Amino acid sequence: MEPVARSAELGRGGLEAAERGATALSPARLRLRRFLSHRAAVVSAVVLVTLAALALAAPWIAEARGIDPAAQDLFNRAGPPDAQHWLGTDELGRDLMVRLLYGGRVSLTVGLAAALIAAVFGTAIGLLAGYYGGRTDTVLMRLTDGVIALPLLPLLIILAAVDLSKLPLPAAIAGSGSVDLYRIVLIVALFGWTTVARLVRGATLAVRRREFVRAAIAMGAGSGRVMRVHILPNVASPIVVATTLSVGNIILLESVLSFLGLGIQRPTPSWGNMLTDAQDLIWSAPHLAVWPGLLIFVTVIAFNFLGDGLQDALDPRATVDKR
Amino acid sequence: MIRFLVSRLLQAFVVLAVMSALVYGLIGLMPGDPVDIMITSNPDLTPADAERLRALYGLDRPLAERYWNWLSAALAGDLGYSRVHPMPVMELLLPRLGNTLLLVGTSLVLAAAIAVPVGVYAAVRPYRLPDTMINLACFAGISVPPFWLALMMMMLFAVTLGWLPAGGMATPGASGFWDRAEHLVLPVMTLTLASVGGYTRYVRAAMMEQLRQDYVRTAMAKGVAARAVVWRHALRNAMIPVVTILALEVGTLFSGALITETMFGYLGMGKLIYDSIMGNDYNVALAGLLFATVMTVFGSLLADIAYVGLDPRITFAEERV
Repeated sequence: MEPVARSAELGRGGLEAAERGATALSPARLRLRRFLSHRAAVVSAVVLVTLAALALAAPWIAEARGIDPAAQDLFNRAGPPDAQHWLGTDELGRDLMVRLLYGGRVSLTVGLAAALIAAVFGTAIGLLAGYYGGRTDTVLMRLTDGVIALPLLPLLIILAAVDLSKLPLPAAIAGSGSVDLYRIVLIVALFGWTTVARLVRGATLAVRRREFVRAAIAMGAGSGRVMRVHILPNVASPIVVATTLSVGNIILLESVLSFLGLGIQRPTPSWGNMLTDAQDLIWSAPHLAVWPGLLIFVTVIAFNFLGDGLQDALDPRATVDKR
Repeated sequence: MIRFLVSRLLQAFVVLAVMSALVYGLIGLMPGDPVDIMITSNPDLTPADAERLRALYGLDRPLAERYWNWLSAALAGDLGYSRVHPMPVMELLLPRLGNTLLLVGTSLVLAAAIAVPVGVYAAVRPYRLPDTMINLACFAGISVPPFWLALMMMMLFAVTLGWLPAGGMATPGASGFWDRAEHLVLPVMTLTLASVGGYTRYVRAAMMEQLRQDYVRTAMAKGVAARAVVWRHALRNAMIPVVTILALEVGTLFSGALITETMFGYLGMGKLIYDSIMGNDYNVALAGLLFATVMTVFGSLLADIAYVGLDPRITFAEERV
């Protein structure tokens, strides 16, 4: 546990303690050390990289094993695992493992894309509110409070159920195959920015009063430049932590919506909609229900641990008492 | 205090007004309308009949006008009729509300009863093996997909072991307290397991914060028993943020119950909202969603009041003047 004790000391004692050590460590090295001492986060990072690599490689894995992910085999429905189908087959005789990998692409894409869009949006709102203060702040924060007060899940269900052909959208978008994907990313991002906005606003308020920011303003830097160059880098830690934690939540939301039949539409597999089909066979083929849920669970818990580890690494004040 | 409450109530009304307009507009964009449903269920309807029905229900008029009509009726206390169940919305809503309160209330009490002792235990001995195990379990609880948890519970307790019913509210024909309780066990367990991890982490964090304070050291130094310091001095202060968060969760629990209720076929508000959205039952969906919003807004108001009520150091700014 030596690195933990040491990093805690550095967190409190600052430079002096660092110089007493054998080598003076750069801030980046310190953060890395603190992150590596959070074992669950390190394991989670490895798990997530592996999952992402497998999901990305899904087409090649399918090809190498001679399996067509869409090929149905009605004589081998919900079959048990064997040499050809390592995890068995689903209710239409398709290979479960390959479909799980393809489903992973969807879940991870939705989680990462929606989290990033929400983070960008939330950062912009938080920066503007914290920097300008006054009426801008009041209006933006009332808006944030209002969005937080909305019942998230029922609203997402309504938005996911909207018939896009009733909207004046170009047919190319409304009719394209990946429209479910775009739609779910958009609606989740639409409600997911509030946490980041609040955190960034708080951090901006604190940084804005610091001397270097006032010096920059005195030397004639414009608002945009002050926010981009001087404030943003100093409020990055909470953004990174909150965004990482939100990926897990978004993957959960996507799986719920897809499970209810509103998210990713079949035949495109997603972990959520694979569970919908499995639900009907829960008495006869329980293994179909176990695997997709387990993958959602593992992915979400890994993102949560990763966020926890990043928080320890980037915000040492929160873990001073870690001895 | 009064000024604060009034401003919060005003804010709540704005949220509700925006929400009702938004939902009204969105529901109009969902596939099919009530007349479509009548046509599919009654092949004798001619296109002329359908037109007449649309005019009768006002479906041929512009959206803004329809919303205005609905709003003025709703403000007068008339939420309209359900189009699927032949009864007024309020009559449909109220029993469902009772069912959800029973489910959510039981699970909230149970979760708090587990989270407080476990969180305190972990906070008193941080970073040892038991704390690490508790932390792992909490993360598992936060990360598990609720519908999957429900499925696994059904598989284990209803299919494999056969101890409990897999869903529904009561066995047909049977009645009585035990039958009702039996049907509550799995939904309550699912909701509790899905929420207890988060609560435990709040309790642990709040307790650790308190145990660092000077008054704890003072009490220890003057010889107060460690047990009394932890459970009486520190816990009382740690409960301030915890109660606040619990109050905030009241609204969230209603959405969380949507999945659990739908999975177990439990006839509560969540299932009603879901079914009415899916079944194009406009009036019910609107009323249900507005109700869920009211609950969330009410929860955050409750959280603010609890915060001030529990902590004598905090007062509403207006009062000090």
